[in-house]
Amino acid sequence: MSKLRARLRKWREAVEKRLPPWRSRALAVSLLVIGIVLPFLFSPSSAFMNATIIAVAYAVMSLGLNIVVGFAGLLDLGYVAFYALGAYSLGWLGSGFFFKAQVHALVSPVASTLPGVHLNFILILIGAALICAAAGVVIGLPTLRLRGDYIAIVTLAFGEIIAVVAVNGQSVHVGGGMTLTAGNLGISAVDAPYFPGIGSFSLLNLRPWYWLIFAILLFVLFVNLRLRDSRLGRAWVALREDEVAAVSMGIPLVRTKLLAYSIGAAFGGMSGAFFGTYYTVVNAAQFQFGFSIFILAMVIIGGLGSIWGAVVGGLALGYINNYLIPVVLNNLPSKVGFNFQLTSVEFGIFGFLLVIVMLLRPQGLIPERRRRLELTAEVAPVDAQLAEAPGTPGGAA
Amino acid sequence: METTTISPPPGPPALAARPLAAVRRYVGRWGLIAALAALPIYYGITDLVNGYQAGFVAGHAVIHHDLSKLGFNFAEGLSNGAIWALIAIGYTLVYGIIELINFAHGDVFMIGSFTAVGLWATLGLGLTTGALGLVGGLLVTLIIAMIVTGSLNVLIERVAYRPLRSAPKLASLITAVGFSFILQNVGLLWRGGSPQSVPDLIHSQQTVFTIGGVPILRGYILAFAVMIPLVFALTWFINTTRAGRAMRATAQDPEAARLMGINVNSTISLTFLLGGMLAGAAGLVYALYETNIWYFQGFKAGLIAFTAAVMGGIGNVRGAVLGGLIIGVIQSLSDSRLGPQWTEAVVFGYLIAIMVLRPRGLLGEETREAG
Repeated sequence: MSKLRARLRKWREAVEKRLPPWRSRALAVSLLVIGIVLPFLFSPSSAFMNATIIAVAYAVMSLGLNIVVGFAGLLDLGYVAFYALGAYSLGWLGSGFFFKAQVHALVSPVASTLPGVHLNFILILIGAALICAAAGVVIGLPTLRLRGDYIAIVTLAFGEIIAVVAVNGQSVHVGGGMTLTAGNLGISAVDAPYFPGIGSFSLLNLRPWYWLIFAILLFVLFVNLRLRDSRLGRAWVALREDEVAAVSMGIPLVRTKLLAYSIGAAFGGMSGAFFGTYYTVVNAAQFQFGFSIFILAMVIIGGLGSIWGAVVGGLALGYINNYLIPVVLNNLPSKVGFNFQLTSVEFGIFGFLLVIVMLLRPQGLIPERRRRLELTAEVAPVDAQLAEAPGTPGGAA
Repeated sequence: METTTISPPPGPPALAARPLAAVRRYVGRWGLIAALAALPIYYGITDLVNGYQAGFVAGHAVIHHDLSKLGFNFAEGLSNGAIWALIAIGYTLVYGIIELINFAHGDVFMIGSFTAVGLWATLGLGLTTGALGLVGGLLVTLIIAMIVTGSLNVLIERVAYRPLRSAPKLASLITAVGFSFILQNVGLLWRGGSPQSVPDLIHSQQTVFTIGGVPILRGYILAFAVMIPLVFALTWFINTTRAGRAMRATAQDPEAARLMGINVNSTISLTFLLGGMLAGAAGLVYALYETNIWYFQGFKAGLIAFTAAVMGGIGNVRGAVLGGLIIGVIQSLSDSRLGPQWTEAVVFGYLIAIMVLRPRGLLGEETREAG
């Protein structure tokens, strides 16, 4: 087994040596081009297109959670709260839900005649990001003094509280006969995104939806890459590795942690707002603890702290959840004689995946270099030299 | 008018910080206790002053001004809390020994309920079974359910936690969550996705006697009749037996325990066995008491019991029991006053409050995590 692995690595290194130095840039450009032309290869309302859109939106969330869990090492089990808040931002700011209000900004001619708050989707996206960033600070404050598992529990409790409020918001009155949420009935008839010159998006043609969420993904990816290499990104990693040492080197603990929570939350909110308009309904039943674990599974399967890992994990689980299980394999158990559908046990499948990945490949599919050093005994020669270099006694241990 | 005032002597800068530190210490010591006492005191006063509606007589609401509604909340809450206490002990034992939040524990409890209910059907226990057969049958069910859940817990530890013991702690927490989902889906496939009612074998809602206007139901007595002996047996085991001493030693310092010749692996397995057995007992009591079971019951119960364990001071068995009873009362108060749909939010709100005010819990020591 290890011999095979060594041989594989030798091959990989031989191939890598022959590739020109601009290969990573070429790879990025070709992926970008594939991403842009992808919708032309499938019919505009196919199940695969639908799965792709959802998978890309998951990747955005996965990138957001990766900042909190992967970069800053704060295990957040309540990420569904930001999905909920993002989706509700859309419900509040882009539908007739607050029917007593009359606010319109850059929306389609139809929507601008309707009662309620109707903002352009880009404005809603910004609003969702701001609301979630504020919520991220609120969730972060009680966890500042805590570490590890305790953070997980506080964030979980926060996520559950948001979910309970979402379900019971129907009975919370905000004045004028309007309520906070529509509970399990859902805020329906939300506005589809509208852009002057393009018109309103329709669910009969999924291509514009895809390009919209792909653009959001590119934006979030860009911010992520820039953040990772920034002063703030290095501060997050330092806090994750050793909080006491980082603080004594002058890293502002409160600001750094809260920024991790709020930036991660903002991305979750943007994706949540997209889901709100894409699903055309903001229903409290969507926001369950399982979803937090689902997003966490993407980050972990991709590789904690690895940006490309988070994207790949998000896309992979997105396709598994929305295409492979419901469309391709759903009737598999009945074919082999079991009396259930695969969709009913999807969380069991994800739980199984989590256990297997943790046991067999704890560093994930595309591990971050630093994590790989920590988690595997097989350290590449260069990494080993780095770890033994003067100034970093003890290396990553 | 007196104009000359004696200006206070300019104190050292530390003096300005000292009152704040005193306040913080005061909040740390009494904040959680004040937060816990707030709900019953508030509702007790409103019951006495404004009264509560005790029923209808001839179309008119009967308003009482006494504390018996509060007493009823307490009786119901304490007996519910006895179930949470049994589950919370499992969390606290495991956390005490390997500092892991065993997320799958709540679902082990659910499997306990399912096993117990399945066994009733196998043994032929029903509403028509005589008293002697019922007691015997339930005892057998209790023992088998405890063995099943205990072994299940040991198995989970062996498969999912032991290989990761030297890995970062996040790793085993994630496998714990993974196993929680696996067990939930086992339950889902076993008994379907909606709550199922089970035969009310002991007529749990029947009043046995009344204290000061508070009816004591059979279910309440059952919960305590199972919880108290088990907790005493457990504390006896931990405090006096050799294996119990090994458990305490491992919890304090696994390395030193190993050097002293303690088999750390089997001691940890034993801890999981004990925790799982108590969860199985709780599962049986829950099924008898609530008379319905659901694959998702373990998730909520697990979170509530974990809150209880944290509240009492994680790693501390007495603390877990105390926390369980308190959480039960909070839940019951919230159920009857605010409405059951808000209870979860109230319990989790308390969880966050504990984390902010007193992370070490009511009876706990400072831990590395929450210091």
